[in-house]
Amino acid sequence: MMARVVHAIQCIGCPIGCGGEVTVEDGSVAEMTGFTCNKGQAYAAEEVVAPKRMVTTTVRVSGGGLPLLPVVSVTPVPKERIFHCLQLLRSVSVAAPVTEGEIIVSDALGLGVDFRAARDIPSIQ
Amino acid sequence: MREFSYDVVTIGGGPAGMAAALAAREAGAERVLILERDRELGGILQQCIHNGFGLRRFEEELTGPGYAHRYVDMVKATDIDVWLDTTVLAAEPGGIITSVSPHAGLTVVRAKSVVYAMGCRERTRGAIRTPGSRPAGVFTAGAAQRMVNMEGYLPGKEVVIVGSGDIGLIMARRMTFEGAKVKAVFEIMPYSNGLTRNIVQCLEDFGIPLYLGHSVTAIHGKDRVTGITVSQVNDKLEVIDGTAFDVACDCVLLSVGLIPENELGRAAGVALDPITSGARVDQFRQTSIPGFFAAGNVLHVHDLVDWVSEEAAIAGRSAARHACGELAPSGRERSVMAGEGLRTVVPQRLSDFEPGKMSVRFYFRAAKPMGASLLQFWADGALAFERKLRVVKPSEMIVADIPVRKIGDAATLEFRVVPAPEQVAAEEEIEEEA
Amino acid sequence: MTGSFGAESLPESADVVIIGGGVVGCAIARELARFDLSVVLIERSPDVATGTSKANSGILHAGFDAEPGTWKARLNVRGARLYAELAEGLGISRKATGALVVAKNAAEMETVAALRHRGIDNGVPGLEIWGRDRLLDHEPNISPEVAGALWAPTGAIVCPFLATVGFAENAIRNGVQMVTECAVTGLGMVDRQIVAVQTTRGRVATRFVVNAAGLHSGEVARMAGDDSFTIKPRRGEYILFDRSVGQLVNTVLFPAPDKVSKGILVSPTVHGNVFIGPDAVDINDPEDKETTAGGLAGIIAGARRIVPALPLGTAITEFAGLRAAAGKDFVIGSSPAARGLVHAAGIQSPGLTSAPAIGEIIVEMLQDVGLRLKRKASFVPVNPQKPRFHDLDREGQARLVASDPLFGRVICRCETITEAEIVAAIQSPCGARTVDGVKRRVRAGAGRCQGGFCGPRVTAILARELGIPVTAVRKDSTGSWLFLSRAQLEAGEGVDA
Repeated sequence: MMARVVHAIQCIGCPIGCGGEVTVEDGSVAEMTGFTCNKGQAYAAEEVVAPKRMVTTTVRVSGGGLPLLPVVSVTPVPKERIFHCLQLLRSVSVAAPVTEGEIIVSDALGLGVDFRAARDIPSIQ
Repeated sequence: MREFSYDVVTIGGGPAGMAAALAAREAGAERVLILERDRELGGILQQCIHNGFGLRRFEEELTGPGYAHRYVDMVKATDIDVWLDTTVLAAEPGGIITSVSPHAGLTVVRAKSVVYAMGCRERTRGAIRTPGSRPAGVFTAGAAQRMVNMEGYLPGKEVVIVGSGDIGLIMARRMTFEGAKVKAVFEIMPYSNGLTRNIVQCLEDFGIPLYLGHSVTAIHGKDRVTGITVSQVNDKLEVIDGTAFDVACDCVLLSVGLIPENELGRAAGVALDPITSGARVDQFRQTSIPGFFAAGNVLHVHDLVDWVSEEAAIAGRSAARHACGELAPSGRERSVMAGEGLRTVVPQRLSDFEPGKMSVRFYFRAAKPMGASLLQFWADGALAFERKLRVVKPSEMIVADIPVRKIGDAATLEFRVVPAPEQVAAEEEIEEEA
Repeated sequence: MTGSFGAESLPESADVVIIGGGVVGCAIARELARFDLSVVLIERSPDVATGTSKANSGILHAGFDAEPGTWKARLNVRGARLYAELAEGLGISRKATGALVVAKNAAEMETVAALRHRGIDNGVPGLEIWGRDRLLDHEPNISPEVAGALWAPTGAIVCPFLATVGFAENAIRNGVQMVTECAVTGLGMVDRQIVAVQTTRGRVATRFVVNAAGLHSGEVARMAGDDSFTIKPRRGEYILFDRSVGQLVNTVLFPAPDKVSKGILVSPTVHGNVFIGPDAVDINDPEDKETTAGGLAGIIAGARRIVPALPLGTAITEFAGLRAAAGKDFVIGSSPAARGLVHAAGIQSPGLTSAPAIGEIIVEMLQDVGLRLKRKASFVPVNPQKPRFHDLDREGQARLVASDPLFGRVICRCETITEAEIVAAIQSPCGARTVDGVKRRVRAGAGRCQGGFCGPRVTAILARELGIPVTAVRKDSTGSWLFLSRAQLEAGEGVDA
C-alpha cells in the first residue's frame, strides 16, 4: 500500500496568502488544490517534500565597534538542519574588520550552504 | 554656536532619511545633510537581522543590515554630509534646525528644506493599560531585539509575546534561535497584525501557538516576571468572564503597535493626522509648514521598508525642488478621505499636479480584514475609479495609483473598500507610476 | 566627612541606626547629620525611595485635612513650610501650584466650608472659598457642573523621588552612611534597652534606633516585642499621562472628600505630566503593587467627575502604591517596649509633606531618650546644583556641552536627558544603582516611550559606570535582573538563580 498524506499549506509568496492542500504519495506530490499561481504551487510542493528556510543569526566579532556580526545563509537551509547550523554559528568568532558579503562559514555542516556577513564591521584601534 | 547652511536636511539617517537625501541630491539639491542620532546610519534596520527586505526595491531578499548597507554605500558615493551622534533639539519654521552632539556641541543649521525621517517608536504597556505589577522582564519587542541582535544579551528564557505585530513574531523566532522557550503569542484582535509570512515562518515552523482574541489581564511578579493572566475577549474586546488562565514566564515581549516619533513636528506646529499620528501631507509629502516634508514611519507606519524608500524618494525630490524654488505654492488644496473599510490614506491632501503627471500613488491601511474587495475612488460623490483586491488585511498596506484624469477637478476625494460582488476578483496588480 | 551609599558592610557600631530609606528615614537622617554623630541608615532595596515614597501623589498638602491636634495636623503645616525653604537647595523639584477642593453641589460646598475652618484651626494660611465662575476661570477643563471650591494657595507639588534623594544625598554629604540591600533580621536588647541591630549584612551595635521602615515598621516594632501598632497596607492605583496634555489642569484638584478617602485627584506633576488617582483598597500583602482592571476603571470614573474629558489615549504608565496605615494618626514616639527605639511609623498621607518636620521631631525625641547632640560646624545644608540640559536656554546648553561633551549626547529622547546627567546621577553621593534609580533621579525612561529606546543604553551606561557586567544591572529591586548572557541561557542560569 502506498502512503498517502495530505498536508495543509499556507502560501507566503504574496499578501493574498492562499491556503491549500498538497497530497503526497510515497514522497512525491500527487495532487494539489488551493494555490492560484505557479510560484505558490512550487512553494507548496517544496514545503511538503523538502522545506527550506533562509537562516539569519549573529556571530561574535572582536576588535570592532559592535560585539556581534549579523550573518545570513547565502542559500536556504533544510528546515530540519536549522538548529544544527545555529549551534555551529554560536561557536564562531571572527575578527574585525568584516566586509558585507564576506563568507563567514562556508559549506556549513556539509550542507553546501555558506553564511555571509550581512554588514560591514570596521575595526577600531 | 556654529552655523551652517544646507539646501536639504533630513532629520534621521534610517531608510527614509537616506533615501530622501539621495533623491534630493539627485534632483539637484547641491548641499544635502543627514542628521543621525545614532553612531551609524541605517536606523532600526541594523537590528532587524532577519531577511525579507528589499524584494520590491532591489528584487532580492536582503537582511535589514544588508538593505541598510546598500543605502549607506549609495550615500557614501555622494557628497552628502552625514553628522552622526547628533540629536536634533528643534526644527523651527523657516528651516532653522538646532542640534547637539558630543563632538560639535550645539549647532544651528539653516535649511531651505527639511525632511522629517525620525521613524517610529513602540507602543508601551502603559499605553494599553495592562494591569498587574511592574517587575523586570517586560520589554517592548524592539528594545529586546536590539539587546539580542546588537548587544548579545537575552531578555529571558521563557517568553510570552503580547501582540502579533511583525516585530513580536520576528522576536518569537529570534528567541527560539537563541535557545529560549517561546510559550505563546497572544493577540487581542480576532486577526493577526503580522504578515502571513511571519506567522508561518516565525510561529508555525516552531510550533508556537498564536491565540487570537485573547487579552493579557495581569502581569505578575515582584522582582522579575513570573507569569501573566490571559482571558478571551468578545467582539467588543471585553474580557469574557470565566476564561482566564495563567501562563508562567520570565519574560514578556510587547508588540502592540508603532507610533510615529513626531515630537519635532508637533513642536514646530505641523498639522497632524489623528489616525496615523503623522503629518498631514500632500502628494509631495510636504507638511502644513512650507519646506517641511515627511517620509517613512514618522509619516505613517509602513509594513515594508521598500515602500519607505519609495516614499522618502518622493519627499526628497520634492524637498530639492522646494530648495531650488521649483515647487510652487499650490493654488488649491483638496482633502483626501479614508472612507468605508479604510483607516488611513496617505497623502491626505492634494496640491496642484505637476505638469505632465499621469497618476498619483496612494497608500492605505484597511480597517478590518476582508476577502475579495473593491478599492473605490469617489470624486465629488461619484464613483470614478475601481480596482479589485483579492484580499484585504490591516497588516498590509494597500497601494494604488490613481490616474490624474480620474481625479480631475473634483473637490471632494474619498476612497473606500467594499466587498466585491461574488465573481472572483482578478489578479491584483500594482500599477507602476508612469 | 562624607558618608557613603551602597551595598557595603556595616560598621561595627553607630550612635544611631535608622531603619528604612524612604522619604521619612532620609529626612530624619539629614536632620541627624547636623550633629556630631555616627549615623547609619539601612535599606532593604538597592536604592532609597522604593516603597511608599516612590508611588504616591507627590503633593505637598496645605494642611486643612487633618484633625486639629493630631501629629498629622501639626507636622503637615510645618513640613509644607520646610519644603518651601529647603527644596531649591536640596535639588527637590517643587512647584507652588495651590490646591482646590472641588464641590459639585450645595452639600459639598458645606463640606469645603468646614474644611476651611479646620484649615484655619490648623494654621493654614490663605484659604478661600471660590464660586463657580472663579473656579472655571482658573480650571477651564473641569466639569461645568461644579458649585465652587476651597482654594488653598499653599498646596504645592513635589517630586517624591527627588525629595527622598535630596534628603539622602545631603545626609550622605554630611557624613551619614547608607547601607543598601541590607534587611533587618532582629533587634538586640539588654534589659529592654536596644543595644544592636542585626541585619542580613551583620550586626551593628547601637543604643538608638529609628523605625522608619514604612510598610514593614510593624514587623520591626515586633522585633523589640512592641505590638503597640499594626500596619495595614492600603493600595492606591494611579494613571500617569503624557506631558503633551500637561495643560489639562493647573492645580491639584481634589473632589470634596467623603468618609473614606480624599477621593480621586487630578493633578499636574512637577515634570509637566498629569496624573489621576489614587483609590484606596486595604490589602494584606505589603508587597502587592499590582494594578487591577477594576481599580483603573474606578479611578478613571472618579477622575471624570472632575475632568470629564480625560485624555486616556495619552496614558504613559499605570502604577500602584501602598500606604502604611496604622490607624488615624502617625505613630511617632518612643516604643513602649524598648528604650532607645523611636518610631516614625504609620506614615500615610500627608507623610511626604510632613517628612522634614518628622525629621525635626524625631531628633527631639532621640534627645529626650538620651541621645547627646552637638551641632557640627561643618554641616552643609545644601546639595550642589545638578545642571539639567533640557531646562536651559540654548546658550546654557552650549556652555554645558563645552564643559563636558557627554552633555551633547541625548540618551532619553522623550525627556531630552543627556549622558552627562545620567553619569552624574550614578556618580553622585546617593547615586543610582538601577535603571529605575536613574529614571527617578533624571527621568531617563520616564517619558512616553517608557525606556523603550533608552533602556538598553541606560543599562550599558550603568554597567560601565558601576564597573559591573550588563547581566548584573537591575531594574529596581535586588532580584530584578534585566538581561542574561547567551552563556547563562545555555547553562540554564538566571531565572532561578
